[in-house]
Amino acid sequence: MSNAYHIVVCAGVVPDPLQTLEPITPATVPALKNEMMLPAVLDPWAAHALYEAANLAAHAAGSKVWLVSAAPKAKLQQVMMNVAQKASFELVPIDSPASGFADAHAVAALLATVIQSIPALDRSRLLLFGGWESASRGAGVTMQLVAEQLGVVDQFQGVDQLTVQPDGSFEILERIEGGRHLVSTCQGPPALLGWATGNLPEPRNNPQIGMANMRTIMPALQRAKAGPLPQDAIRYLSVTPPKQQRQTRIVKDRSPDEIAAELLEWIVQD
Amino acid sequence: MATATPVQPELLRTLPSDAARQLLWGFADRYDLQMLVQSARAVARGPVARLVANGGRNSHEWTPAKAEMLEAFDSSGITAVFMDPEEGGLFAGPKNLVLALVAFELAWVDGGAATASLAGCLALAPIHERGTPEQQRHYMRLAAPPQPGEDRKPWRGAFCLTEPIPYVGVDTGMLNGKIRIVEWKPGEEPMLQVEKRGRFITNIGFANFVTAAVDSGDDRIKGSCMVILEEDDPGIFDRGTPTRKMVHQLSSTGDPIFNLRIPASRIVGGYDIKDGVLVPRHTHSEVIEAVFRRTRVTVGVMTAAKLLSAVEPVIRYQRGRFRGAETATPGSVRYELGLQAREDSLHRLTDVWATGEASASLAFAAARTFDELDPLEKEIEKLYAERGIMGGRAKAKLLREAADQAAALVQLSPADARKQPQNSDLLLRFVMLDSLADVLCPAAKLWNTGWGAQMMREAVSLMGGYGITEDCPGFLGNKWMDAQLEATYEGPEAVQRRQLSVTMTQPLFLAQLRSWVREMREIASEHPGTGACALATAMTMWLWTLDHLQHSKDADGGKLYQSARQGVTFPLADALCWLMAARCQILDVLRLQRQGAEDASVSEGLPGLVNFLTDLCHVQSARASGEVARICAELVFGYDRHPAWDEQGTRGCWHKDELDTLEGLIPGINSYALDVVGSDGSHPKKAGPCVSCHTAGPFLSLHTKLDACLTGSRLAKDRAAEAISKLMIPEALDYPA
Ligand SMILES: Cc1cc2nc3c(=O)[nH]c(=O)nc-3n(C[C@H](O)[C@H](O)[C@H](O)COP(=O)(O)OP(=O)(O)OC[C@H]3O[C@@H](n4cnc5c(N)ncnc54)[C@H](O)[C@@H]3O)c2cc1C
Repeated sequence: MSNAYHIVVCAGVVPDPLQTLEPITPATVPALKNEMMLPAVLDPWAAHALYEAANLAAHAAGSKVWLVSAAPKAKLQQVMMNVAQKASFELVPIDSPASGFADAHAVAALLATVIQSIPALDRSRLLLFGGWESASRGAGVTMQLVAEQLGVVDQFQGVDQLTVQPDGSFEILERIEGGRHLVSTCQGPPALLGWATGNLPEPRNNPQIGMANMRTIMPALQRAKAGPLPQDAIRYLSVTPPKQQRQTRIVKDRSPDEIAAELLEWIVQD
Repeated sequence: MATATPVQPELLRTLPSDAARQLLWGFADRYDLQMLVQSARAVARGPVARLVANGGRNSHEWTPAKAEMLEAFDSSGITAVFMDPEEGGLFAGPKNLVLALVAFELAWVDGGAATASLAGCLALAPIHERGTPEQQRHYMRLAAPPQPGEDRKPWRGAFCLTEPIPYVGVDTGMLNGKIRIVEWKPGEEPMLQVEKRGRFITNIGFANFVTAAVDSGDDRIKGSCMVILEEDDPGIFDRGTPTRKMVHQLSSTGDPIFNLRIPASRIVGGYDIKDGVLVPRHTHSEVIEAVFRRTRVTVGVMTAAKLLSAVEPVIRYQRGRFRGAETATPGSVRYELGLQAREDSLHRLTDVWATGEASASLAFAAARTFDELDPLEKEIEKLYAERGIMGGRAKAKLLREAADQAAALVQLSPADARKQPQNSDLLLRFVMLDSLADVLCPAAKLWNTGWGAQMMREAVSLMGGYGITEDCPGFLGNKWMDAQLEATYEGPEAVQRRQLSVTMTQPLFLAQLRSWVREMREIASEHPGTGACALATAMTMWLWTLDHLQHSKDADGGKLYQSARQGVTFPLADALCWLMAARCQILDVLRLQRQGAEDASVSEGLPGLVNFLTDLCHVQSARASGEVARICAELVFGYDRHPAWDEQGTRGCWHKDELDTLEGLIPGINSYALDVVGSDGSHPKKAGPCVSCHTAGPFLSLHTKLDACLTGSRLAKDRAAEAISKLMIPEALDYPA
């Protein structure tokens, strides 16, 4: 069993990136307009973490993947209809708001508590996976805080590659400036890996995997416990979308250099 | 006295979510189907959309890029949908709704992709519906995608009925394809020679097997049948040249030629030997009827998907139309609303959307009905066996009696205890659903595709010149033209109308339609904004008209309602479709409202969504009622000869002299009387005296009532239009153009 990993992927849900995101402040905590009604997806960076986890588990016999997600459970259920087809995992849902304006400390505490209570989890084999950032919560600290609370001190962020060495240690590539990577070696689990995009493509949907996952996902969703988040942990003075708005256009056959040049021109405009 | 303060109704906030669609179309409790929707969507908006955007439709040939699409179908579960788990499929049970959902997702992007997927099922359908157990096992397994660890290519099939002119087209009886016995050794299976030419055969570019309709060309074979041909059978398997079609180019179509030698075991459903004659167990028309009865529903779904897929691109175009112009500064009406500041733009989009909703509701209702019917059909077969009922006549008698009984029960009020067996008795449930399915299927195929094609043109026109370019987001121009194929293949409109003209006059169906009048009135009293009341009146008018036409003659004494008189039967079939679609739409919205309130995935924003969809129902019901009124009026009056200014025609008219005499007694009568004939024979300048309508009196009062039933429908349209102008849409379409 020494090669088996217990991989816990933390992933929230966020509005589909094509949607119009308009902040509103109905009460003390800001929100996005019509957020509950917009189609949602698994937070993109964390989704990559899930694909990497599934791939790693598939190559290490006896491994297991849990997906821990704090989100409104009705929303999570809809998202699962797609995500459950991508990889085999066991869902650990927490019924809570998915707002990007929630306090990262509170979210991390909630996640850590739930992870600690996963019955079959062997903490010595734990690999904690997540996104290095979130599409809705750009603080980039949640995973770090979860790991701290679980006592996991080997932490890597912006990970693009994990290679298991013959001796069981990991070689890990983390993104740094200029499109380069920092190469580190780590003895093995337990460790935290906050993923950037990784190298794996998004797996195609496979309804057979989905159907197998659903056997445990649906009961888990039905049992999901509420995980309230404190409303007053952070006070937002104001929330506005970026002042300059870019009109989304779909242009075919443009080189990366041209795209970069256009983006740069737009960024420096203000 | 206190006056009520009007409360602003809640508006639609976003496009309807998946969760809302699941409730609307009745699969909120089917996670397997929801997953397959996601899977099919990923293929449609991914590889399929990219293929179209990259010009994949610009060739008639079957290309490697098109072939890749089939592999995407295999790996995403789309191919396996048609099969049962033991055959390599995904789930057990009826497949009508799931096939409809897959077709919906694929056709949302490209009709040809949907056709390519469905044609495979169509090829297997004769075997699935009427094949022997061995044939079913064999071909289903071959066609199933490889399981993990298996290294094989799935077999693809084509369905070959249509033949080169002058043979099979709309009229499927004129078969030229022939089978003959070429070798029949005593005690062995006969060997057959099959000669068949096909026209417009989908999937032929790559099919490994073909299910073909053929007739006997041999005294030792009785009647027609369907046979299974394989590409490696000895003889000619010529795929022919690709059809130069202007639609659905992602599917393969061609005119094949077959001259093959096959064992008689390839006859779909097997055969018996009677007095030295080979008698196929199922004629080709019997197989085809069982097949098309189901597969046509999915075609109807395809056009519905097109209309609904047009909504988002049209809104984006309309809103952004003037952005970037100097005078359209952010915050100005021109900038924010663009063309949506114009009432007509919004109203026409409302019509497109309402048609899309109604047609989707109609087709999905048909698919759900077949899902309910499929297991009952099997139970009925068991029942025949238990009761020892053999032979077509005995079965028909049993069903006829059950239908009579069911028709009587349907008339009873819902509270009547005698009604109970209607829902519990197997036979009664079967005949009711069967008679409904007999109407729902052709109605969905006919109305969705025919009227859908018209409304798709409307959607294209809303995009201006852009609409008819390849760059139009959502490929709307392609979809317009594609809709025309959907109206044509698998039995064009004439076939559907012909079928409806028979099934819609069955007493059990008519009894159900009468019960819907009551149902619609009850709904109207609880939900007055749905337009259900107008629909109920229109249904009454349709029933009156049918009865009238069945019992009346034209001006020359010719019978009106009869199969040869398509000028009478066909329009009446069209009229019924409008009613069926609008009713299904209303029922779906009520389901959403009822179940949505308890469903956390849709509860947010639900009132706005329900208000909007209710307004669309009202708009659609008004339109449907208007169509019914127009068609019925034409049929009721159109076959009477207009009175002329001759002796017979003027018999009921006033004569000027008479009136002058009466004027003394009834002052002013001169100014009231119409159609006055002068002593010199002079008369008002018009075609003739107006028709005195004593026989059509009830019709006219229904007509007047129906006109008044339209009250409020335009207000509903205004509200829907306002909602469309305010709803939030994504920043960009989720598939390339
Ligand atoms: C792209 C494409 C793919 C196809 N795929 C397949 C396939 O896979 N397998 C297959 O077998 N076929 C296929 N077909 C054939 C298709 O089903 C036929 O084209 C269709 O049934 C109509 O037959 P037809 O073209 O001979 O028209 P016709 O029979 O000539 O009918 C033309 C018109 O005449 C009128 N008409 C004809 N008969 C009557 C009548 N009795 N009453 C009233 N009006 C009438 C109607 O207006 C009708 O629309 C395909 C066709 C196309 C274009």
